[in-house]
Amino acid sequence: MAKIVVDGTEIEVPAEYTLLQACEAAGVEIPRFCFHERLSIAGNCRMCLVEVKGGPPKPTASCAMAVKDLRPGPNGEPPVVLTKSPMVKKAREGVMEFLLINHPLDCPICDQGGECDLQDQAMAYGADTSRFAENKRAVEDKYMGPLVRTAMTRCIQCTRCVRFTTEVAGVPDLGAIGRGEDTEITTYLEHAMRSELQGNVADLCPVGALTHKPYQFHARPWELIKTESVDVMDAVGCNIRVDTRGREVMRILPRTNDLVNEEWISDKSRYVWDGLKVQRLDRPYVRKGGRLVPASWIEAFAAVAEKVKAAKPEKIGALIGDVATVEEVFALKTLMEKLGSANIDCRQDGAALDPALGRASYIFNPTIAGIDAADAILLIGTDPRHEASVLNARIRKRWRQGGLKVGLIGEQVDLTYSYEYLGAGPESLAALLGTGGFADAMKGAEHPLIIIGQGALARADGAAVLALAAKLATACGAVKEGWNGFGVLHTAAARVGALDVGAVPGPKGLDTKAMAAGGLDVAFLLGADEVDVEPGAFVVYIGTHGDRGAHRADVILPGAAYTEKSGLYVNTEGRVQFANRAAFPPGEAREDWAVLRALSEVLGQTLPFDSLTGLRAKLMAAYPHLGRLDQIEAGKADDIAKLAEKGGAVEKGAFALPIEDFYLTNPIARASAIMAECSALQAASAAEAAE
Amino acid sequence: MSVRRLAAEQPESFAFTPELEEIAKALIAKYPEGRQASAVVPLLWETQKAAGGWLPEPALRAVADRLGMAHIRVLEVATFYTMFNLAPVGKYFVQLCGTTPCMLRGSDDLKAVCQRRIGDERHVSADGTFSWLEVECLGACTNAPMVQINDDYFEDLTPENFEALLDNLAAGRPVKIGPQNGRHGSEPLGGPTALTDPALYAPKAKQDEPAAPAAAPTTGE
Amino acid sequence: MLADKDRIFTNLYGLQDFSLKGAQSRGCWDGTKAILEKGRDWIINEMKASGLRGRGGAGFSTGLKWSFMPKQSDGRPHYLVVNADESEPGTCKDREILRNDPHTLIEGCLIASFAMGAHAAYIYVRGEFIYERKRLQQAIDECYAAGLLGQNNIHDYPFDLYVHHGAGAYICGEETALLESLEGKKGMPRLKPPFPANMGLYGCPTTVNNVESIAVAPTILRRGAAWFSGIGRANNVGTKLYGISGHVNRPCVVEDAMGITFKELIEKHGGGVRGGWDNLLAIIPGGASCPVVPAEACEDLIMDFDGLRAVKSSFGTAGVLVMDKSTDIIKAIARISAFFKHESCGQCTPCREGTGWMWRVMQRMAEGRAHKREIDMLLEVTTQIEGHTICALGDAAAWPVQGLIRNFRHVIEERIDQYAANPHPEPVAAE
Repeated sequence: MAKIVVDGTEIEVPAEYTLLQACEAAGVEIPRFCFHERLSIAGNCRMCLVEVKGGPPKPTASCAMAVKDLRPGPNGEPPVVLTKSPMVKKAREGVMEFLLINHPLDCPICDQGGECDLQDQAMAYGADTSRFAENKRAVEDKYMGPLVRTAMTRCIQCTRCVRFTTEVAGVPDLGAIGRGEDTEITTYLEHAMRSELQGNVADLCPVGALTHKPYQFHARPWELIKTESVDVMDAVGCNIRVDTRGREVMRILPRTNDLVNEEWISDKSRYVWDGLKVQRLDRPYVRKGGRLVPASWIEAFAAVAEKVKAAKPEKIGALIGDVATVEEVFALKTLMEKLGSANIDCRQDGAALDPALGRASYIFNPTIAGIDAADAILLIGTDPRHEASVLNARIRKRWRQGGLKVGLIGEQVDLTYSYEYLGAGPESLAALLGTGGFADAMKGAEHPLIIIGQGALARADGAAVLALAAKLATACGAVKEGWNGFGVLHTAAARVGALDVGAVPGPKGLDTKAMAAGGLDVAFLLGADEVDVEPGAFVVYIGTHGDRGAHRADVILPGAAYTEKSGLYVNTEGRVQFANRAAFPPGEAREDWAVLRALSEVLGQTLPFDSLTGLRAKLMAAYPHLGRLDQIEAGKADDIAKLAEKGGAVEKGAFALPIEDFYLTNPIARASAIMAECSALQAASAAEAAE
Repeated sequence: MSVRRLAAEQPESFAFTPELEEIAKALIAKYPEGRQASAVVPLLWETQKAAGGWLPEPALRAVADRLGMAHIRVLEVATFYTMFNLAPVGKYFVQLCGTTPCMLRGSDDLKAVCQRRIGDERHVSADGTFSWLEVECLGACTNAPMVQINDDYFEDLTPENFEALLDNLAAGRPVKIGPQNGRHGSEPLGGPTALTDPALYAPKAKQDEPAAPAAAPTTGE
Repeated sequence: MLADKDRIFTNLYGLQDFSLKGAQSRGCWDGTKAILEKGRDWIINEMKASGLRGRGGAGFSTGLKWSFMPKQSDGRPHYLVVNADESEPGTCKDREILRNDPHTLIEGCLIASFAMGAHAAYIYVRGEFIYERKRLQQAIDECYAAGLLGQNNIHDYPFDLYVHHGAGAYICGEETALLESLEGKKGMPRLKPPFPANMGLYGCPTTVNNVESIAVAPTILRRGAAWFSGIGRANNVGTKLYGISGHVNRPCVVEDAMGITFKELIEKHGGGVRGGWDNLLAIIPGGASCPVVPAEACEDLIMDFDGLRAVKSSFGTAGVLVMDKSTDIIKAIARISAFFKHESCGQCTPCREGTGWMWRVMQRMAEGRAHKREIDMLLEVTTQIEGHTICALGDAAAWPVQGLIRNFRHVIEERIDQYAANPHPEPVAAE
């Protein structure tokens, strides 16, 4: 800790703090453009200049100078920093003038207007007139792909975007070419950016040079209602803010949560919102004469009731999709129990995860923030870059700090960081139980981390692979006092919550595969679109989009998308998070829990709650940990030891990746034109690379 | 500095010749292992020479791939450093220093010569022989005004001897590199005012023959 | 005037034998091993005692700079990097060392590297100096062949010397930009701290020195600190390479004593001001970044760090640009503004935006197409750049304009009046 005096206030801060941080600790705000907490320090905008007493007779960039680098006074007095002196005032006003001389006066047509750092700071430090009598610079706009729009004349060359793509995203697409006043930000020959995190550059841009293309000219920030929510495009549970105007979602932005997504979200999380507006199921449908025809809720319920009443309980089942809230899973499970059926499964992909083995066997025990501590990471059957982009960025962040070894078993993919390729399938995993090579790296590590993906689990020998991974975890010391480095990486936002409430087959119950393969007379699909139910079963689809599930359905009961309902999601770490309702479901669609509640009454098995609050009370009574928001109910290390002893025979085949197309993993994404464009672009780029 | 763009017309491809590959290896060997990116400026320079005086776009990618750098990083470098020509230049590429020391000694007159004989800046003459560019200080201020033609400096120019120089180059006649007014280097015209003491070069060894002046190079390329 | 026997660069004009043998006959590589045997501390102390101030322009004590390097390596290699990116208008002294007297530099590299515990050094030569680079490489090759350099050399100090080059960027003469460039990036100055002595090339302890600073070291160590510090005035000692360009009868580069008067310098070596002493208008004393010094201040001007500071300018690299009364001083400075605008790396806001602004106003002022109130505005713009950037290029761009306004405001005003008095068509565009 070091003492420092900021504007007359003496404070004590860690010595490695920058002056900017120290000033903030003292409650003094320092204007800045290029500085960003999560990027390297560039020190180029010169807006954060402060005066250091006793230093050189010129202002100092507070973002780049550390408290420990300041010299104390002659008698050991703490260094003195001034942020309101005439020198600082002149410096800030001077820099602001320079930034504005070549900045266009197009705020009225700029998407950044109203939330622009330059605009805001010009209010504080700008002059009301310009002394610049020359022609302003104009810069050609650059194409950067379908997601980020450019207006490069507005660029103030802070290089935040360049640093983000190079450092955080790990796909060095952006650069600053030329020099001096002709410096321009561009991609190589204006190809589209290739990062799955590229949308973040538009958030980072302090001016309107990079804005969100899908959102361009759509809304003004002050017209938008901002709702805090949780993303469901993957199982990371990124914290998001949903901005709506009226009942329409206008955009999705990240919220800062250092434990989960820091302040990044993937492009799928960010730009999927146009998919919320199309292909929507906005009224019930009933299949008549082979065609789905619009029906009233009463007709639809009656059609369902007729089939359910005719079916034996063991021929009724429920499949849970990837974006369901915990509440609706719980409601559906309760309904199945009331109907006397043990046929329920939340594992659409058939992953061999079993809640009976304990929570530690299916959550990401080390936690996402725990990645920061890892010094060896083994990836098994997973491509975190596309299964959990933000989590992958976290691994990359750790990798950039050095001293991290990464090994991969499965398909060789570009993870944006280097890794040792250890093989394709279970035999390579088994080999790590021996010595030498990466096995030693894991054993020698202080905090070894094993990340097992759905690609390793969604296969016939999945349970044995899981047990083998657990065995390795115990053998290499990944599970020990104070550290549990055994992590299951999920891809479905609903999965951990559904496993928590036990949405897996009960005694003699059928699993997904058995249910889909003709085991049922009546199948309830709660947004389950990734599974094909074979002909024969009467399918009741509760969901939001006219996607695969709806096409197969005999009755469609329209539900609410994740932005249209309030509910709980449990992320891959087992963290319980609350998503608020930002908008309303379209047309006659209703929140899924309410659909199930109404249906249960028609089926004569009325669910024991009349409100969402009542449902939650029941849910939390049964599963108290779900009431502890933003917390993780830690798994028990013993469970992993027990799992390790389970053994089982593994097969030979290579681990396949669970995600074929990053941009098209769920019904909402498949409805999105923007995601379709990204997908096509990625396919074309892959084809080009393959040439 | 003006905005520098890649040429509109580009060749299909660029491949390292065995000679260039040898040069690349030698360049990379100068730097510690894993620091091969250090070689990017010298390698781009050699590539530019190999490609005929400018850097075609495929060559940028070839260099980036050879050094394991992202393409955009090499583009940044190629556009930052002004000696990299992003468009074709003439067989004789005249870089005319126009900064104040040369300006004071008449570089504007030389510019007029270029304009008249070659045409506009950055345009290759119709026969492909010449192109010219006003550049910033080339570091030969005591021999101003001066130009650099391809690799060589031509100094102490006047419009007359500059025209003669261009004539000789165009005709393929040999030309004298360096000062065009009879000086050897940067000594005062008419002979040095310092280093004239014979004792300086005499005492130890037998110094009968005055040390041979370093041979002035005479090629035109 | 300095006696020939006290001149360090005895082949400055390339009139002598360039080869290693020739250089040795002039005293290079004489007893180098004995110097190294005196040890690191002796060398650094002797350099400090010599009073040598860096010849790249800033004038920081060379010995002191060397002493900043860690005494013990923490496992990271140490590097010496020689700044031969001589690009400042008016400066062309290092070129003569590189092409004519490279052995002074090469020997200096070995000694300096030894003193700093560096086993490798890079000489960063500006890209345009192709011939100079070849000559330097030729000399280095000769040294390798003679066992003076290399892993197993006769000095028992493993040492490799490499020539690296740039490709046209003045900013790479700034030491941290030079390091960035040497690492294969754009030449953009780094933030300091960390200083190169802690985190320089490849993150390792590094010292960057000017060519001349390194090249004079062997002679200083051979002849003794007292000899060197006995030349010139206190705090401004030694010999110095001067460049004399512009409106003199016989422009040249010459080595002479620090503290020589300007008048003696150009009368003795430069053949006098074109048209006689009374025809002198002003000088730019040490490269383009130094504020202009008007003729009246040149009368008794002493050419050293303190002498130039006394006339509100700076010694810089001692590349003197002489301007006679035929000079359009506004245009001359405007051209310097164009230079700095061209060479700004574009990293910091004040320099990126300000150099272009200054240049555009200067261009108009050269025509007279301006308002008198813009003179003060321009002056204020220069102060908004000066001291507000990462490196000194912003300062360097501001000073010439400040010097012009301080000394020649009346010329600008007259030009504006003339322009206003005569009808002119409205210009179509400012550029």
